Amino acid sequence: MRIGLLHSLIRKEEKLLIEAFRNSGVEPIMLDDRKLIMDFHNAPEIDILVERSINHSRALHALRLFESAGVCCVNSHRVAQICGDKLLTTAALKDHGIAQPECRVAFTEESALTAIEELGYPVVLKPAVGSWGRLLSKINDRDAAETVLEHKTVLGSYHHSIFYIQQYIEKQGRDIRSFVVGDDCIAAIYRSSDHWITNTARGARASKCEVTPEVAEISLAAAKAVGGGIVAVDLFESEAGLLVNEVNYTMEFRNSIDTTGVDIPQLVADYVIGLVKQ
Amino acid sequence: MSECPVCAAEIEVAKDAMAGELLVCEDCGAELELIGIDPVELAEAPAAEEDWGQ
Repeated sequence: MRIGLLHSLIRKEEKLLIEAFRNSGVEPIMLDDRKLIMDFHNAPEIDILVERSINHSRALHALRLFESAGVCCVNSHRVAQICGDKLLTTAALKDHGIAQPECRVAFTEESALTAIEELGYPVVLKPAVGSWGRLLSKINDRDAAETVLEHKTVLGSYHHSIFYIQQYIEKQGRDIRSFVVGDDCIAAIYRSSDHWITNTARGARASKCEVTPEVAEISLAAAKAVGGGIVAVDLFESEAGLLVNEVNYTMEFRNSIDTTGVDIPQLVADYVIGLVKQ
Repeated sequence: MSECPVCAAEIEVAKDAMAGELLVCEDCGAELELIGIDPVELAEAPAAEEDWGQ
């Protein structure tokens, strides 16, 4: 069995996955995206590709090329494309009738300001492509809106003039990250912080969250909406119930194994090996 | 023992370490990438880019 693992830097997650594959008797074939050269016809001799690049843009394009060469990829290019762009994620969730915060998209400073005022303060302005809670702006009033929009327009690349505006959800200092592997929601954590941004990359604390039927149901539905596979789903607990905030396609789980007692990398490895055997 | 390329502190690299793996220098806190195994070669890890992460 030839399982390719696309990577750049080897983080703790990649090491844990390698160990899990070895536990199952498979030595993964390491493919460093920094050394990869591909045409549109051929790919390294592998049965399946597990995507673990740290760069979204490299992952996205490499997956397309591997799929062009006939290689099954986990996750697929489609999943990476949808999850890597918050606008596309929101559209996919909407198409599948999944609860999420209200959103607006605008393309100019002026229309973005109008959209923000229509949605009502506070709002959260997010880059359509971005992660680890970076460049998120909670905008509490018109002064802040005008300032942030002007800065984004003048200082940002064109990506930052796609204004993705999300209703601010009062989440009482925490959100939920659930982990979906195939048809199972295998684990979930709370991410708690005194800051309104609750990414663990920004210092939020992880603690165990029970996978209730509600958590499992919305997580699996969100995973299905973006194309399925191996994803992490960020959920807000709102008065109206659970809302999907984001879906992540190269999930990080180092803080969630001991916290949940679930061997996430082994379940991922078993899932991938199962796909090859099918 | 290898040497931190930033502060020259001694760094022990595990026997099962892999090329591409991240290490942190305990003396200066620099994030390092193991770019070679035999012989061991360390370099400063690339800085986070705009499209990194989840």
